[in-house]
Amino acid sequence: MDVDTLYQEIILDHYKHPHGRGLREPFEAEVHHVNPTCGDEITLRVHLDDGRVADVSYDAVGCSISQASASVLNDLVIGRTVEDAMGLLDDFTELMQGRGQVEPDEDRLEDGIAFAGVAQFPARIKCALLSWMAWKDATAQALDSQEERTDA
Amino acid sequence: MTVAEPATYDVTRIRKDFPILDRRMAGDLPLVYLDSANTSQKPTAVIDALDEHYRQHNANVARAMHQLGAEATGAFEDGRTKVADFIGANRREEVVFTKNASEALNLVARVLGDAGRVREGTDVVITEMEHHSNIVPWQLLTERTGANLRWFGITDEGRLDLDQLDELITERTAVVSLTWVSNMLGTVNPLETVIARAHEVGALVVVDASQAVPQLPVDVAALGADLVAFTGHKMVGPTGIGVLWGRYDLLAELPPFLGGGEMIETVTMERSTYAPPPSRFEAGTPPIAQAVGLGAAADYLAAIGMHNVAAHEREITAYALDSLQEIDGLTIIGPKDVDMRGGAVSFTLDGVHPHDVAQLLDSRGVAVRAGHHCAKPAHQRFGVQSTTRASFYLYTTTSDIDALVEALHHTKTYFGA
Repeated sequence: MDVDTLYQEIILDHYKHPHGRGLREPFEAEVHHVNPTCGDEITLRVHLDDGRVADVSYDAVGCSISQASASVLNDLVIGRTVEDAMGLLDDFTELMQGRGQVEPDEDRLEDGIAFAGVAQFPARIKCALLSWMAWKDATAQALDSQEERTDA
Repeated sequence: MTVAEPATYDVTRIRKDFPILDRRMAGDLPLVYLDSANTSQKPTAVIDALDEHYRQHNANVARAMHQLGAEATGAFEDGRTKVADFIGANRREEVVFTKNASEALNLVARVLGDAGRVREGTDVVITEMEHHSNIVPWQLLTERTGANLRWFGITDEGRLDLDQLDELITERTAVVSLTWVSNMLGTVNPLETVIARAHEVGALVVVDASQAVPQLPVDVAALGADLVAFTGHKMVGPTGIGVLWGRYDLLAELPPFLGGGEMIETVTMERSTYAPPPSRFEAGTPPIAQAVGLGAAADYLAAIGMHNVAAHEREITAYALDSLQEIDGLTIIGPKDVDMRGGAVSFTLDGVHPHDVAQLLDSRGVAVRAGHHCAKPAHQRFGVQSTTRASFYLYTTTSDIDALVEALHHTKTYFGA
């Protein structure tokens, strides 16, 4: 397996110059996720505003794949409706679990298509999905807290 | 330590005993296996012993009244005798077979609680350099019983910090459990000092020898510890079998661990009485073929001589420590001196995460481990989240180390570090 398939230039660029890193206010939910097999960690906050993802801020330690993935996530979901962003999560997850057989849609996933090669390295799929799973969890919690406020 | 005469240790000949070392990896690259602290490779003698057992002698043990049953029982118990001889046990009944070292340590923690040895008001003392399998069972036990969990720290150099020896191990201490050789730092701990203090206050000593039995001559009778745990697969044996050695009189006092077949004396619907050790601690069908394989592994290592294995390990480790320290940006976490040190070297490389290091090394056919190596507290102690670990064994050559160093330079270039 050619290691260059994994380490696309786009991934290395995001790794060296991550977008949107740091923890910011305001936020409705904060989660801490770990990849127990290797110890990669991310603390991630979500700020929703009027059904849209207003901000995703994060503090992460981990490998180039997990760091670059958090950076791409930040690029992709901010500004989208929660529903649209959840659809992107599904597309990205499908790409990761597709064993290299899924043709990614560049219009949808933008820099995320660079992760297509990760699908061929089973040990690294969890690295790529860590920030996305954290975002999904935080968004669900943020939506719950909004509902509670509306109910009250 | 006896140093082997070069003529008596022929690594090229030893490598011929391990068929996997001839494997070609992706890109037709030779395998450079530097992950033996994770699991060791297996010699033909062990592979053949497993194969022959399944082809010729397979049956359940201790209960089948047929010829195969007798053969399988004999082979299984021979495995126990070989392991007992290999570690210098006074009696073969002191060797309890478990699933792995983790189960052996969990067994000890469970029965010491059930026996009331560890209870509220007593202390359990461990160290910061333990593998999770020698931390978590003690956390579970102390939470369950209300006992206190205390631990030794690690010095900056990566040695056990014994400054607080007398304050940590006191009259309240019921058990001290520590590793002989650290799987992350490579440190060999001064067991005599700890054992002497523990016994002075009447505490039991449990030793995690998972990294020690594969690479050092071990004589449990002379060591003075009360219980010693290790695993088969790190000492060129099969997976699925671990060993708990215990002083016979102590084992005989302790209650059972798991209940089931083969561990009983008699059973009525109201109650049961239990078999003497080791059967008391071996409920259910044991790892039969694995015991046969482990016996073959012990014979294999004994024929080479553990003093020779240890001398080779030391030579390779010294070579690796020197070579790795010449790489700019590489920091070894753990002792940099080969004295009182085992053959696992963990390190960080500036600007490149350990997973990425391991991936790049793998693309060159070099197999190492990256992550926290099930020793998160030890990593935390040195302010690192994870490390890359290269570990060596009786078949490791200086060319393997050269290949590692070359691949590390390539990794640095690749990531522009």
